[in-house]
Amino acid sequence: MAAVPDSHDPTKTTGLLGWVDERFPLTKMWREQVSEYYAPKNFNFWYYFGSLAMLVLANQLLTGIFLTMNYKPSAAEAFSSIEYIMRDVDGGWLIRYMHSTGASAFFIVVYLHMFRALLYGSHRKPRELLWIFGCIIFLLLMAEAFMGYVLPWGNMSFWGAQVIVSLFGSIPVIGAGLVEWIKGDYVIADATLNRFFALHVAALPLALVFLVIAHLTALHEVGSNNPDGIDIKKHKDANGHYLDGIAFHPYYTVKDLVGVAGFLLIFCGVIFFAPTFGGLFLESPNFEPANPLQTPPHIAPVWYFTPFYAMLRAVPSFAGTQVWGVMVMGAAVLILFFVPWLDRSPVRSIRYKGPIYKVALTIFVVAFIALGVCGLKPPSGIYPMVAKVCTGLYFAFFLLMPWYSSIDSVKPVPERVTGHA
Amino acid sequence: MSDLVDHSRRRLLTIATAGTGAIGLAFTAVPFISSWLPSARAKALGAPVEVDASKLEPGQMLKVVWRGQPVYVVRRSKAVIDGLNNHDDLLADPKSLDSSQPAYIEATGAARARNPEYWVGLAVCTHLGCSPLGAFEPNNSTQVAGTDLGAGWPGGFYCPCHGSKYDISGRVFKGMPAPKNLTVPSYALSADARVSIGLDDAPKSA
Repeated sequence: MAAVPDSHDPTKTTGLLGWVDERFPLTKMWREQVSEYYAPKNFNFWYYFGSLAMLVLANQLLTGIFLTMNYKPSAAEAFSSIEYIMRDVDGGWLIRYMHSTGASAFFIVVYLHMFRALLYGSHRKPRELLWIFGCIIFLLLMAEAFMGYVLPWGNMSFWGAQVIVSLFGSIPVIGAGLVEWIKGDYVIADATLNRFFALHVAALPLALVFLVIAHLTALHEVGSNNPDGIDIKKHKDANGHYLDGIAFHPYYTVKDLVGVAGFLLIFCGVIFFAPTFGGLFLESPNFEPANPLQTPPHIAPVWYFTPFYAMLRAVPSFAGTQVWGVMVMGAAVLILFFVPWLDRSPVRSIRYKGPIYKVALTIFVVAFIALGVCGLKPPSGIYPMVAKVCTGLYFAFFLLMPWYSSIDSVKPVPERVTGHA
Repeated sequence: MSDLVDHSRRRLLTIATAGTGAIGLAFTAVPFISSWLPSARAKALGAPVEVDASKLEPGQMLKVVWRGQPVYVVRRSKAVIDGLNNHDDLLADPKSLDSSQPAYIEATGAARARNPEYWVGLAVCTHLGCSPLGAFEPNNSTQVAGTDLGAGWPGGFYCPCHGSKYDISGRVFKGMPAPKNLTVPSYALSADARVSIGLDDAPKSA
């Protein structure tokens, strides 16, 4: 925004930008959303993950568009078109590994971003809707990742789709018809692959981008939370600027670039040296074409779904149906939507919460990671019992929150943000 | 014309317009939702398959392909049917509680068939999807070339890939690689032994 200001009104733009601004609120939007959006000055490490999620989304959109240029969404050609991209298309292997590693990076970044909210109470009033938009983004991201996983039409794609789609079959009365409707055939087939492709490359990305815009609009409406969980709008200087706020640009754009640099170092390291990440990011049965007659000996979803998959398996079938496990898995995601109302603590940030919340959050994180491990392992030995206990702990963290957050001790909250500016 | 606005009339018109639009939208949704149902081609390829099993002698088997998967139809003799309950101790799931079949098949217990004389099941091993071979003669432990099925073989199926054994109702033996009994698809059986695989209707007579 280098245009020379008008001598009468220093905020008025001139020249080409002035011409545009008289017809479109370009400078106004830039100021409101970026150069004059005041964010608390005490952001720490945990505040990188929002902008990193945007970066990964951009990576997925860009690499995804280029993958569609060579990918064939048909049961007969999908697998070989991926091999074609990997072997014959110049740079194809890199674009595909950027996309497949990006999927895992997306979940790492989003899980850390959500954990940040639990740390500093970023979901508390007035940011409930901001949090809910985020939860919907997470839900859509899971659908997006699942359908993307089916597209290579490897054997794990096929059987993973088989297992996940048949979950809907456990719904009473409508289940069987619903499964047929989702598949578009009596088995997972060409029709299923083709519609998953349409949803993966058009419908869901479009919805995700709109939701990200809604997420950011809600954020900029209420203002960012901070590690102290206090309101920075109370203290202004003589010019009406927030004493504890700094402009997003250039201060946080520059800070976020440091996060981007650190992230890209790790991201590129994985792409170039460990793109399958030991079978976690790309599973070895998926290097065989889909074979409806041969189930892989051990079906496990990609790592980012395993905590929820472990919960699904932890619940035994009861009264002749497995619908309970499906309900528990669904509830594990849906319960996130209610966190702003479950937390009854008078303070937002963990810095001023008492020991109970610190212990509860630690147990929750350990249980979530343990569930992730259980979901990767076959359901035998110690794992089913660990998964059952951790499923209980996962839900206890949320369902007992109204109780323990109201009896927990709190420390006095400062008026101004702490730390060095 | 009066300057007065008739608000109730305006509200009624607004509601009527919005309501009509909503009904139109609901009808417009129909083709989009129904486009996800199995297409005419998928239905044709997945249509029930009818086979005539009346020409089978006891101990003989028909192989049919239905929805891309092999299906066996086996005719069983009276002696074999009477012996179905005699080897429960060999089986992992004698009552087929953990296996896949329509409810009306599970209700028939050891026979796992609409008519005990004709057994119908998917020839897809529940281990890794190979096709088990028929080895129907009881107490003949060498009828599958090069394999000893063990003393007291009750007659059934043997999977050549990893050695899973099933009895003649497709019930898997204990300690086998295969976790479940062979799947029984939905099928109808007429009085003259015409099997319609993929139909659930009550047995019809022709």
